[in-house]
Amino acid sequence: MNPTVESLRRAFGTKIERALVSCGQTVVYVDRVSVREILRWLKETPEEDYDFLVDVTAVEYRDPEPPLEVVYQLRSLKRGAELRVKAELPKDRALEVDSVVPLWRAADWLEREVYDMFGITFRDHPDLRRLLMWETYAEGYPLRKDFPLRGRFSRAEQVRQALAANPEAHYSLEELSIAQRQYDLPSDMRERLERGERGTVPEPGRRDDG
Amino acid sequence: MGEKRTVELDLATTGADAAGRPVRVPLGVSGTGEPDLAAEHMLLNVGPQHPATHGVLRLVVELDGEVVRRVVPHIGYLHSGFEKLGEYRFYNQIIPLTDRTDYLAPMANNVGLAMAAEQLMGIEITERCKVLRVVACEISRIISHLVWLGTTAIDIGAFTPFLWTFQEREKAYNLQEAWTGARLTTSLTRVGGMMADVPDGFVEALRTFCREFPPVLDEVDRLLTRNAIWISRTQGIGPMTSEEAVNYGLSGPMLRASGVPYDVRKDRPYLDYETYDFDVPVGEHGDVYDRYLVRMEEMRQSVRIIEQALDRLPDGPLNAQDPRVILPPKSAAMNDMESMIFHFKQVMEGVRAPVGEVYFAIENGKGELGYYFVSDGTAKPVRWRIRPPSLLNIAALPKMAEGHLFADLIAINASVDIVMGEIDR
Repeated sequence: MNPTVESLRRAFGTKIERALVSCGQTVVYVDRVSVREILRWLKETPEEDYDFLVDVTAVEYRDPEPPLEVVYQLRSLKRGAELRVKAELPKDRALEVDSVVPLWRAADWLEREVYDMFGITFRDHPDLRRLLMWETYAEGYPLRKDFPLRGRFSRAEQVRQALAANPEAHYSLEELSIAQRQYDLPSDMRERLERGERGTVPEPGRRDDG
Repeated sequence: MGEKRTVELDLATTGADAAGRPVRVPLGVSGTGEPDLAAEHMLLNVGPQHPATHGVLRLVVELDGEVVRRVVPHIGYLHSGFEKLGEYRFYNQIIPLTDRTDYLAPMANNVGLAMAAEQLMGIEITERCKVLRVVACEISRIISHLVWLGTTAIDIGAFTPFLWTFQEREKAYNLQEAWTGARLTTSLTRVGGMMADVPDGFVEALRTFCREFPPVLDEVDRLLTRNAIWISRTQGIGPMTSEEAVNYGLSGPMLRASGVPYDVRKDRPYLDYETYDFDVPVGEHGDVYDRYLVRMEEMRQSVRIIEQALDRLPDGPLNAQDPRVILPPKSAAMNDMESMIFHFKQVMEGVRAPVGEVYFAIENGKGELGYYFVSDGTAKPVRWRIRPPSLLNIAALPKMAEGHLFADLIAINASVDIVMGEIDR
């Protein structure tokens, strides 16, 4: 087992829930509320130095009982060490976890994809929009186990929606806010835009990197 | 001039003013005359059907004159739900899906997937299989880089390298076709072995390729590397420092061009890569030019690796001697009761993987290609995740392109070397 687990236990106590080794790779389960704090510690502690975020993804099991898992695959480029950190999100509560974009810009699109495919919300993400599916996609979250392989809507309904689609819907709210072309938007999108419901694209000058 | 306002240009039609001079008359707006371009930012849509976006990538670009102020990439036009499909398939049935992710290097994808499943199931592969997989990975890298080199040169305005590189790529594709029977949908590997051994004459043909390919590469090198136009279009364009490259999760040639000497083949060796003698080129400035140099050198190193692999190619069995995972030969399955049972169980029930999970990464042409499997003990994975190198590399495009000219955005986008099948999956 990766010695980092012991250091984590010393530093965070009960926030480190359990750890196991699978196929020679260490997996550590942490408290979902403290994910960012723990990952920041792993990144910034010189002895650990997990500076590279390889991947962020999520897992849902076929059995409906176990919680969803958010998976962070970490690596220390200098030490050559790898660690997989998981946070469990019970299905009966809000699927929310802190974003790690402040630590790694790499998490930006990875978290957007998890949000898109699993419906997990990342708090403080600067631009949490769907990544692969389109903004007005209404069928739900495709990688959830309750999502049928062929989609929720019938083929006829999918065709009907495609033909009835408003081409403006293919621009994101952020771009339309750039263009100030809000007047021919569907009213619900315009209202959301005016309320500022979704995140905004950062201004060019403000894009600082951690 | 006050603060700049961003509008889309209204559609305009041509007309004439009272003196008969031609003017553009905006549609649906009263008044005539040109819009005041200097006072506005322009919003420009590039793609998804634009030849310079290398696939169905769509970029919404905010321009101040010719200077890029902001880029918002849009992806998902090629989304096929591969990860979802994988949850409904046996491990061997997932291999054809990997052909279609990074479709410029399908053999390397096949190898990565088979090795991830083997690590999950604890299967040892034979020596011959290991060496042939190295050959497959390196041919894929050469093909992938050749496509990159040719298309990038075209994007920047040099047409000839495209013809030369695609000729060489055709030769590599002929080898691939002789081996796998396919140019794109190779499905070369199986869990525990390979779909097929190399055909007669393959080794000699590959040696010929390894002899004749580097001189062509040298010609491209002579044409571009010290070419004043090429240098002025690429040096200092889209730079990423090493800290930024690590923070943005770049991998492969993108990461190494920024001065981070990380190569999965060296740092987390698989397929006995640690026993091969090859160098990992590392750039200094992280700009388009360094990415070009890194990929050029990687192709030469791949040739070195292929030559070493061919020298050591051992005889012996190709597939693991495990009747639970490797299909018996057809003659045995038809004549021998036990073989028939194994055949039946594999085809009907698949191969069960133990409960567990594995993340396995290979270095393919684009960067670190990772496969993450979670198994609940059945013959189909609970979760199959592809860690796509192109996705993370292209996510840094807005950062790289801001403040550059629009023409440089095309060069930067080309230098990332994306393949949309992998980004959208």
